[in-house]
Amino acid sequence: MKFLKYILIIIFLFNLNLSNANENNSHSKITKNLRCLICQGQSIHDSDSEFANSIKILVSKKLNDGLSEDQIYILLKEKYGEWILYDPGFNKNTYFLWLLPLLMFIIGGAIILKIFIIKKN
Amino acid sequence: MKNKIFFSVVIISFLIIFFVLFKGLQNTNIYTPQVDIKKDIPYFEAKLFDSDIVKNSNEIFQKEKFYLLNIWASWCAPCRDEHPILLELKDQVNLEIIGLNYKDNIINAKKFLKELNSPYRLTLSDENGIISIEWGAYGVPETFLIYNKRIIKRYVGPLNLNSIIEIKKFIE
Repeated sequence: MKFLKYILIIIFLFNLNLSNANENNSHSKITKNLRCLICQGQSIHDSDSEFANSIKILVSKKLNDGLSEDQIYILLKEKYGEWILYDPGFNKNTYFLWLLPLLMFIIGGAIILKIFIIKKN
Repeated sequence: MKNKIFFSVVIISFLIIFFVLFKGLQNTNIYTPQVDIKKDIPYFEAKLFDSDIVKNSNEIFQKEKFYLLNIWASWCAPCRDEHPILLELKDQVNLEIIGLNYKDNIINAKKFLKELNSPYRLTLSDENGIISIEWGAYGVPETFLIYNKRIIKRYVGPLNLNSIIEIKKFIE
């Protein structure tokens, strides 16, 4: 019986540790995908500015409040615009950004195909 | 003939892509915050600067008048520069100035207000910077003009003489 008690305690402690690790993972994932607006070229995760530190605290607080990763992105996007996200969504401002590589691939493919057909003929 | 059309389409496509990318090169890659934002103020709760009393945004901005929320800190040099402007706006009848002390040492902040005089009807404390983030601010000083619990105008950086004129125009 005592043995079972010890096992249960160990399992409980292990789970606590695991949940904390998951929280840390999502915190670091989110802050890595946020741009520090006052220090160019750095993510919130990498920056140690006052702004970045406040955002890090806010992200922790929102995760504790039970908000999901996407909800946190939406919240920050409402306040600071799309620019704060390193991975912008697909909308009318980013159509070109997302479709350009595809367009170039199609055009390039068409050129190669055309040359190949011309040579063959 | 078919080949000619094909190559013309390809060249025109590349020219369009080149033009768009070239235009993009001229755009700034520095974050420029929107100043003409018209949105509701965020709900927040904050401790008063010199006591443990907690106030919420509904209590603070309840009157039907203009409010100026000024985010400041004693360690911020531009805040010192804009202080005379806030003092000038202090006596406007239809305006209340609320201070939000950002990540500051309370002793230094008190010294700052004692030395320069306080323009604030109420001074709130933002110890970890979260309230400022809820407002969409990204540094100090930053000021929001509010009416009917809506943000009318945002001033990023220190207020200047033009800001006074503009604010007075709004509140008249």
